[in-house]
Amino acid sequence: MLMIDKQSAVISCIVICGSALLTRFTVSLHPYSGFGVAPHYGDYEAQRHWMEVTVHLPASEWYVDSKSNNLSYWGLDYPPLSGYQSWLFGQAIHSIEPDAVALHFSHGYESPHSKFLMRLTVIASDILVFFPAVLLCLRVFGGGKTVQEKQWWLLVVLLQPAALLIDHGHFQYNTISLGFAAGAAGVIAAGHHCWGSMLFCLSLNHKQMSMYYAPAFFAHLLGKCLQKPSMTQQVLGVAKLGLVVVATFAVCWAPFLATPGGALQMLNRLVPVKRGLYEDYVANFWCVTSPMFKWRRVYTQQALVTMCAGASLLAALPSMIHQILSPSPRGLLMGMANSALAFFLFSYQVHEKSILLALLPVTLLAFDQPVVAAWLPVWAAFSMYPLLKKDGLHIAYLACLLLWLAVAAPPSSLRSGQQSAVQTGHAYTQSTGSRRLCPRVAARFTGVSGQQLLHYASLLSLLPAASIHVGQCFVQPPARLMHLYDAAYVSLSFAHIFAIAVYLNISQWSLSSSFVSQTHSKRS
Amino acid sequence: MLTTPEYRILAALAAVRLLLVPAYSSTDFEVHRNWMAITHSLPLGKWYQDETSEWTLDYPPLFAWFEWCLSQVAVYIDPQMVQLESLNFSSNACIVFQRSSVMVSELVLVFAVAYACRRASEEKRMLMYLLILGSPSLLLVDHIHFQYNGMLLGLLLWSITWIREGQHIAGSIAFAVLVNMKHLYACLAPVYLIYLLRHYCRGPKAVQRFVALGAAVVAVCGVSFGPFIGAGQLPQILGRLFPFGRGLCHAYWAANFWALYSCADKALAVILPRLGLPVTAPEAYMTGGLVQVTHFAVLPSPSPSITLLLVLLALLPCLFSLWRRPRPESFLPAAVYACLCSFMFGYHVHEKAILMVTVPMALAAAESQWDARQYFVLSTVAHVALMPLLFTEQEYPIKVLMVLLHTAVAYWMLCRAVNTKASTLLSKQQQAYLWGFAPLEIYCAAVHPLMFVSKLPFLPLLLTSVYSALGLSFCWLQMAACWLPRYSLSTHAHVQ
Repeated sequence: MLMIDKQSAVISCIVICGSALLTRFTVSLHPYSGFGVAPHYGDYEAQRHWMEVTVHLPASEWYVDSKSNNLSYWGLDYPPLSGYQSWLFGQAIHSIEPDAVALHFSHGYESPHSKFLMRLTVIASDILVFFPAVLLCLRVFGGGKTVQEKQWWLLVVLLQPAALLIDHGHFQYNTISLGFAAGAAGVIAAGHHCWGSMLFCLSLNHKQMSMYYAPAFFAHLLGKCLQKPSMTQQVLGVAKLGLVVVATFAVCWAPFLATPGGALQMLNRLVPVKRGLYEDYVANFWCVTSPMFKWRRVYTQQALVTMCAGASLLAALPSMIHQILSPSPRGLLMGMANSALAFFLFSYQVHEKSILLALLPVTLLAFDQPVVAAWLPVWAAFSMYPLLKKDGLHIAYLACLLLWLAVAAPPSSLRSGQQSAVQTGHAYTQSTGSRRLCPRVAARFTGVSGQQLLHYASLLSLLPAASIHVGQCFVQPPARLMHLYDAAYVSLSFAHIFAIAVYLNISQWSLSSSFVSQTHSKRS
Repeated sequence: MLTTPEYRILAALAAVRLLLVPAYSSTDFEVHRNWMAITHSLPLGKWYQDETSEWTLDYPPLFAWFEWCLSQVAVYIDPQMVQLESLNFSSNACIVFQRSSVMVSELVLVFAVAYACRRASEEKRMLMYLLILGSPSLLLVDHIHFQYNGMLLGLLLWSITWIREGQHIAGSIAFAVLVNMKHLYACLAPVYLIYLLRHYCRGPKAVQRFVALGAAVVAVCGVSFGPFIGAGQLPQILGRLFPFGRGLCHAYWAANFWALYSCADKALAVILPRLGLPVTAPEAYMTGGLVQVTHFAVLPSPSPSITLLLVLLALLPCLFSLWRRPRPESFLPAAVYACLCSFMFGYHVHEKAILMVTVPMALAAAESQWDARQYFVLSTVAHVALMPLLFTEQEYPIKVLMVLLHTAVAYWMLCRAVNTKASTLLSKQQQAYLWGFAPLEIYCAAVHPLMFVSKLPFLPLLLTSVYSALGLSFCWLQMAACWLPRYSLSTHAHVQ
């Protein structure tokens, strides 16, 4: 076998990015949400409408209810960066096909050419934001890994089925906020806290859903500040970060801070407490337990909001404490995953698409948790199947999962839990902490490594999922239990997501013990 | 997760095909739907007579039977699909069914490749899957434009593999079935005839073997044509199978000798009047996008018989060499060469016919450096020459990315398979020629529309055809030279 030199490593990186692009273009051929479904259509129409609003109305009116722009027809309810992004893409589309974004007259505008242009904007934002962030993370987290492992990691991060289907199928721009969040994680892991905070604020200002990561970033940065030698330096560190955050928010919110009450109106739109505990079917705790305990009937809305906030913070607390005590780059990613999962499972008004927030750090962690990184995306896509079916994306779903089955199997060097060389420089050590959980127990009984055991277990778990799919094609549910299949999808997914959340929390804690032991062994 | 490399690559290629289901499809989609309707709704005697739709049945009977089989399933998916009156019908169920039928029938090709490489190393098998099943030409033509070439090429590969391995009767039957499904493959008949006569039909049992072969082939043709001869349909079928009113070149010129010939004719038609010689040429002849018989302005217009003669002439060195030394290792190169000759000189050749050359050629691509080089140049030219087949904007990034990615990965894997460094597989001239496609494509896609807007619409197609034809002609010359007697002393294995 010819040795892979640096040039072919670069070429293989380009080829993988090219394949990811090709996959995005082919998924874009499929229908989008709300295709032809008058009068409200779907997320595609929402994005198109925001382009129409931002191009034709001044910024001060973007969050103000008016005849052209109100909550009854897709009011803008994402933070300002989404508005700027809609404006930018709206200007581009306006110059090519103005009818697509004409004020008032383009409601429900659908044409093949405008669909192509809209899809191009999502792919463009992928290329401009997500891909560079991922490549940065590869550089930061991929130290000491073989070329084959890095190739696999890149495929896993770029070809994750849920992201492809939601962004390039259903139609959304999660790629921008996730890209900024990934960039923030990479930059902070590399040691540049201020730039990283700025990037995270940009992510937050694009979609408020990025709040799910906030505990992790907060805890990690606080932990890093507390590690500084003296009290003054610690306070200075916190103050610097605070300044960066405030400055970034100020720059993003500038047009809205000019008018009095503008910021309040925006906040009103961003935090929709008027909506319910959950919408449709989502694989989180409240929805899955609702057949057994009718939360919405027993508690008032105010009480539910408080309960959700409390439960989410409680679930995110262990990982936050861990990061404050012993922050590390890998711990940051774990923290992001755990915090996102905690909020997904217990928060208020969670959409099924919010699982994308947990998927990003889990796939970025693929070097250390290869089996989880290969399996959570399958369950995430599975949990979203009812939504995808409604959009007509079932063929794309099958194709993306098939592609995932082809690329996601970890290389044998990662699967058997071999230790890679310790990387100096940014003190990013490769520890076996996360592998210590199952291996000792399992290895004692079966002689198989922990990762391999997880691998076989996860293969087995495919069977119920496949049988539900097959069953839905041939067996009609009884009239009393019309939503039986939807409930089945979310319940099964919830079980797996919950199990993975528990596993990742425990893994994060076993990180610190190994980290401590490694630092001890380095000193001694 | 799949861990066996073969299953992984097959799953990935299946995923790509599934993703292409909603892509643009050409009139060929309606053609095949109509043929399903004809075979489902009409009695046998009327299959080749029906003219409800302009897309009349013009493939041999076995393909009609294949469409009949499809229609038996289609009627349960969407009964309206198989109604004769449902012209241009394309419900979601219809699209999914027809696309799936292409994917399922392509399994013939998958198994053919697996069978042909069953004794080869895993790496070689993966290379074959990538080169054949991952070929952008196959994806563009079969899974976007819509055709059933995968199944037919699979049959061809089965036939070639069986003959190479000494199972001559099976190989002949497969070939007979193939020709009775698409008569274009009859261009391989001289090669089969000469090889089987000289290699199989000799020794003590020569006559019995000849009779056995003959009986097998006649039996297949009998099953295929028999019912129609009984219904008195033979003249009608022959008229449909050989429609010579279509002109020397298709609306889009295939990258063959006639493309160069037509280009020369057009050039002369422009130059000669400047030199004072009168030339009569109708406007936009040959480039008007119409499928019709046209006469050249300056150069003589070749008739179908002339083109047939040229094909046979080009084939002669190969047939002669096969006659003298009918070795199994020469069979595949001879078959590939025969397809290439018929592509280069045939009458009304579609650009899609280049698939008949590139797919069998891939089987031998990893055998030597020379083979790898020939294969890479020819297949890359074929991929790019086929790109104009899709002209919609949505499919543009897809086709460009497919060709670029496949070319890069195929090049890397071929270099590994024949143990050559990436910079030395191709000669400098070949590298320069292939890189020349980049500025050509940039001109055709970006510069030309901006400069000329809607004037001279055929110019980009002409340039692509002619540039590709140059490359293919050179490949053809190199391959032809291998069959000449004086080259038999070369180190090239299959001609020794």
